Amino acid sequence: MSGTFVGMPSFPVAAGVAVTDERLRGNLRRATHTIRDKRAVAVGELADWGALREAGKEIKDRTLRGLDGYLVELEAAVTAAGGVVHWASDADEANRIVVDLVRATGEREVVKVKSMATQEIGLNEALEAAGIAAFETDLAELIVQLGEDRPSHILVPAIHRNREEIREIFVRTMSEWGRPAPEGLTDSPAELAEAARVHLREKFLRAKVGISGANFMVAETGTLVVVESEGNGRMCLTLPETLISVVGIEKVVPSWRDLEVFLQTLPRSSTAERMNPYTSMWTGVTDGDGPEAFHLVLLDNGRTATLGDEVGRQALRCIRCSACLNVCPVYERAGGHAYGSVYPGPIGAILSPQLRGIRSEVDASLPFASSLCGACYEVCPVAIDIPEVLVHLRERVVEQGGKGHRLEKAAMKAAGWVLNHPGALGAGERLASKTRKGHPKKLPGPGGRQWGQSRDLPQLPAEPFRDWWKKNRA
Amino acid sequence: MTSRDRILTRVRTALAGAPQAPEISRDYLSTHTADDPAIVLDLLHENLADYRAIVHRTRADGLPGLLARLLDERGSRTVLAPAGLPPQWLAGATGVRKVEDTPTATAQELDAVDSVVTGCAVAIAETGTIVLDGGADQGRRRITLIPDHHICVVRAPEQVVASVPQALPRLDPGRPSTWISGPSATSDIELDRVEGVHGPRTLEVVLVES
Ligand code: SF4
Repeated sequence: MSGTFVGMPSFPVAAGVAVTDERLRGNLRRATHTIRDKRAVAVGELADWGALREAGKEIKDRTLRGLDGYLVELEAAVTAAGGVVHWASDADEANRIVVDLVRATGEREVVKVKSMATQEIGLNEALEAAGIAAFETDLAELIVQLGEDRPSHILVPAIHRNREEIREIFVRTMSEWGRPAPEGLTDSPAELAEAARVHLREKFLRAKVGISGANFMVAETGTLVVVESEGNGRMCLTLPETLISVVGIEKVVPSWRDLEVFLQTLPRSSTAERMNPYTSMWTGVTDGDGPEAFHLVLLDNGRTATLGDEVGRQALRCIRCSACLNVCPVYERAGGHAYGSVYPGPIGAILSPQLRGIRSEVDASLPFASSLCGACYEVCPVAIDIPEVLVHLRERVVEQGGKGHRLEKAAMKAAGWVLNHPGALGAGERLASKTRKGHPKKLPGPGGRQWGQSRDLPQLPAEPFRDWWKKNRA
Repeated sequence: MTSRDRILTRVRTALAGAPQAPEISRDYLSTHTADDPAIVLDLLHENLADYRAIVHRTRADGLPGLLARLLDERGSRTVLAPAGLPPQWLAGATGVRKVEDTPTATAQELDAVDSVVTGCAVAIAETGTIVLDGGADQGRRRITLIPDHHICVVRAPEQVVASVPQALPRLDPGRPSTWISGPSATSDIELDRVEGVHGPRTLEVVLVES
């Protein structure tokens, strides 16, 4: 995955530092609680939420089960609509393809829509190395890019920054990248957004190449879907002459009709809105409207390996709504950076070690970055049983020997700060374990059984976490 | 071996022996709203307004006068109308220069336009969404993106549906579509909602009842 995170310490070390940062914790806490409360209201509006969630899960499972066929179908549909499909086994290959495509246009700069896939492969760094400037255009990504920072949340990458910090970053760095921040810029969100608008507009209006990801790709029709709020996505998707979309192979859905499920569940789960302000859908190229050239880069980069793991493959259902981050007591205290990956929070704890493997210290530590309270499973709109996968991955770490126990102890020590501050586990933290179907199963295999014998954690989600804690901490 | 073959082979290997996936149970509702055009239209109005679109209602014969007034109140001197917009819609807007969207119009030229008026393909009440699909009265995607003021005309009841599941079958996946729910907005700064980062900062929706 991304070079951005090379050299990151393992979760326990990073989290141990993060939990002592008062400002970071304050920013995070406010933000995650705001979103999670709003989300509950938005979800509550739909009486059939449970059925939508089940359908979303089934659509994704069906997709994964027939992934080869759907990818071939998608390729044919995109090609028939005038697009060009490329296949990339890993990050290096994807970056090479994109760099070559940009070079072929003769351009030296690109505008980018916020995209987890391009962060995952470290595309900006690869472009920079090739002498191509990549401008992030999502406001939060812009804040991260200008601040030479790393994203800390899937949806709100600059969630760890407050308005004073953002103002300071704009004033200090905008001039290095283009139009400077206006004189006398205050820290009011409206003024900061206006500064970003003016700064980015000159880039949009001259851009010849746009780079995006996609939230969904429809196999049946070849349609790509991008969901966003600000209009920067629309700018990047429609103004440039060439559009390059880098998308993980798991983002395909079989049919046009399937969008009716995700367009109801994704906005409500992520931004807690009935619908996000802008959704763009395009199929290949359209004469006279939008880019003349469209390239789709289908990215594997560890996804097929994840697909091969019977328990772990459900992580590929993820639609990146970020609801699991906002309810996670560990994420709330530790912050997104501690996960050492572009995918933080509960989903990061199961996705990153699968995409990258569990050989590195940080990846081996991630399955332990959880209290297994089960809140993430409760809110997940595609019903990924994150605790089940965490337990499964812990067992794999233990089986691989040596590191397992040590990491587990270290992780527990870091988590200890969280767990010793019961106030940190606010009232909003799910506790609906009675409705929960798929509890972590018994651990298979000799390592697993051993691991399980001396620990209570796999049973944890069976009752509200705080009750369990009261009973068991003594 | 090409990467295409490599990836497809890896997928097939990974799935070898996996059980067939069950049929998708679509037990969810196709709508959450009573099947009554008046209720659906009121819900659309309410949800559009909730997301800070400015909503107006009129009858067909009142449309030209209303559009003229909205452009006047905005102080617009230029208005962009797609080629297929019914000419009588803007017949009352005599003080405003009409600009055409030509294929050669640059983004910079569009940036200088004060307002844009379009129709839509369908509007969704439950989410407060208008959908544009490049139809003749909607034009290219860029014309509703770059100018700062967008007035969208929705014809009720024929263009209004209650729900997302009712909207998709009305759309042709082969055409590019833009779904708009309220004006451009960001919540990236301490989750304070701020209207208009890059898209039009003002969205006015005119519901025309026949
Ligand atoms: S795992 Fe579920 S809750 Fe978390 S981001 Fe993915 S879809 Fe959303």
